[in-house]
Amino acid sequence: MIAELGRFLVAIALIASVAQLLFGWRAARAGNVGPLAVATGRASAVALGTLGAAFVLLAVLFLQSDFSVGYVAANSHVDKPVFYKIAAVWGGHEGSMLLWCLLLAGVGAGLNRWGPRSDDGLRLRATAVQGGLQLLFIAFLFFASNPFDRLDPAELAGRGLNPILQDPALAMHPPMLYVGYVGLSAAFSLAAAGLIEGRGGRVLAEALRPWAVAAWAFLTAGISLGAWWAYYELGWGGWWFWDPVENASFMPWLVATALIHSAIATQRSGAFPGWTAFLALTAFSLSALGAFLVRSGVLTSVHAFALDPERGLWILVMLAVIAGGGLALFGWRASTLGRGDGFEPTSREAFIGANNLFLVVTAGVVLTGTLMPLIIDALGGRMISVGAPYFNTVATPFLALLLVFLPFAPFLPWRKAGLRPVAISLTAALWLVPASIAGLALMFAGGSIFAIAGAFVGAWAIAGAISDYQRSRGQAGLGPRLASAGRSMAHAGIGLVALGAAADSTGAPEISRSLAPGETMQVGDTILALESVTRADGANYMADSAILVATEGGRTLGRLRPERRFYPANDQNTREVAIRSGVRGDLYVSLGDPHTRGDGTVAYEVRASFNPFVWLLGLGAALIALGGLTALAGQAAHRRRPA
Amino acid sequence: MIALVTAILLTATPGPTLNAVETARAEAIMQEIRCVVCAGQSIADSDAALAQDMRHFIRVRVARGDDAASIRAELAQSYRDEVLLRPPFDWRTLPLWLAPLIFLLAGGGMLIMASRSRREP
Repeated sequence: MIAELGRFLVAIALIASVAQLLFGWRAARAGNVGPLAVATGRASAVALGTLGAAFVLLAVLFLQSDFSVGYVAANSHVDKPVFYKIAAVWGGHEGSMLLWCLLLAGVGAGLNRWGPRSDDGLRLRATAVQGGLQLLFIAFLFFASNPFDRLDPAELAGRGLNPILQDPALAMHPPMLYVGYVGLSAAFSLAAAGLIEGRGGRVLAEALRPWAVAAWAFLTAGISLGAWWAYYELGWGGWWFWDPVENASFMPWLVATALIHSAIATQRSGAFPGWTAFLALTAFSLSALGAFLVRSGVLTSVHAFALDPERGLWILVMLAVIAGGGLALFGWRASTLGRGDGFEPTSREAFIGANNLFLVVTAGVVLTGTLMPLIIDALGGRMISVGAPYFNTVATPFLALLLVFLPFAPFLPWRKAGLRPVAISLTAALWLVPASIAGLALMFAGGSIFAIAGAFVGAWAIAGAISDYQRSRGQAGLGPRLASAGRSMAHAGIGLVALGAAADSTGAPEISRSLAPGETMQVGDTILALESVTRADGANYMADSAILVATEGGRTLGRLRPERRFYPANDQNTREVAIRSGVRGDLYVSLGDPHTRGDGTVAYEVRASFNPFVWLLGLGAALIALGGLTALAGQAAHRRRPA
Repeated sequence: MIALVTAILLTATPGPTLNAVETARAEAIMQEIRCVVCAGQSIADSDAALAQDMRHFIRVRVARGDDAASIRAELAQSYRDEVLLRPPFDWRTLPLWLAPLIFLLAGGGMLIMASRSRREP
């Protein structure tokens, strides 16, 4: 009964989205805030309310372990902890689609409520476009991805959730990412509305900036949680693999980063009006591409479409409508947005332009590298792989260049030539000091030339961000102060990530040894002794838990407890990594399979590495996301101030 | 060819002892070889039995003094180009290497045009 009610609610949301599209469109055309506008708002509220209720009902089905529902049976298990039963609601394709639609409807209602107050035409048109997006995705949910489908006969225990996905960071990773992805739909709808209404420039940039910044902050948090999870859960010792799934989330992030900078330039000086709209359309198109190619499995092989041709066709059509429709609209109407005023090569616009150039080129490279194997495969050529070595060679240099220019921009004036040579070069000389120290430190730590360059530009960016903060601290008004602080935080965070990545790359490669209890291995200066291995079963898994004692120069540092687990419901083995974090870095140990030696002793494969200064990455990522939210608070404070 | 690789893998089971330089070389090659049976991992990271065999093959070849390019080429022969995480440079992959240049030139051109545009009075 609950499942049927859930599906019914989705149907109502579908109809409400159609109403939102039609009423919003006509209200925008009529150009007044009459009954049509009220009806638009009501329709968006109904879509949000019904999808919210459907989401709660799906959660209830998971809590009841109702395995007569196919999606619940495939993604849950009687033995699963309650928290992961809830997280399983968005753990599979259908449920994550429901979450996606719920968030889209949330943005729809939000656009109607908080859209540009001064411009009802733009606000209503954007709500209508968002209604169109909702219609597209809810129809896909209703007809081709229904999470409420019954299963006959019902299952008894459920098929569990992938055990390596049973993890707090990963449970929160998709919702964060989705808030980011779908948040960008607001920028898409506003840009499309702006193009239709012929209202580009400052009004549009001002309207979409808060949405883009908020979405970008969540996207940052979501990607970081995913990288953190990969680091401690997969047991491979790395945090970024340039895997197609990671690239799929990185592309919208890069374009969203370009968008929030371009929108600032458009709002402040009228530069790049068309480009800002283009980025807004592209950012959400890439979000949809990323989310759907990942969920459909196409990124690992184009043949995934063949497994489910109906769903594959839906996805292709939706992507064609969103990306193709957005770009066609842009091509047709971009001239109505104007061209901007031009600027000097040393103005702030020029540096924001350079920022956009490097970010978008990186996104383009990542897109090419991610899709190329699929294209070659589809054309029937000999398959190739495009992996980390390619992206590190081709994409990373652009990101380093980005950091070289970053510290200057906040000091430059809009439009005018601003490189007052003496003042800027004096400041730059100060930034060079920490940058040189970081570069030298890494040189003596045995870093490669790339690591040294990475540390140099990272420290350069941090020093620039700090002096930017010192200069702008004394500004009048809470709004501008918060906005500047947010900017400094995000810029320093980017520098910290670069520094952390450079430091991490100097770590010695992972060592793998076969250890019986009582035996030792050496990682850097640390000696690891395997003390014992015992059984430590959990609610839904069996486990061997090892205790390793870490000592350095005779002094005991601590005990590490890596586990190897077996989840019978999935017939899957996992490694639970043990990490001992310190200021200098992480001691990272994982436990592998046992084997019996010739003399009858049982030994375990133990992998260990020392990863220098990993905390820099986490701190940097947190600063970037918090910087975004701080800047958002600044914008809100500024807006609330009576004009 | 696969038979040959397998033969080497089977006969040379007690692994060769590599010095630090050789270990680093072998490690660098392993980072650039994709694990065939697992999705998106290099063989340096993979637990799979086949990845262990391939790691072993690389160590044997490094110990013998083969250079990285010939080891990579041999693995690509046996397991197809798909195992190379750094794609080879040929006409199929040309777009991969030209893409950054094209994007950079197009974007740079647009930026210069934007800086020169003047609104008509």
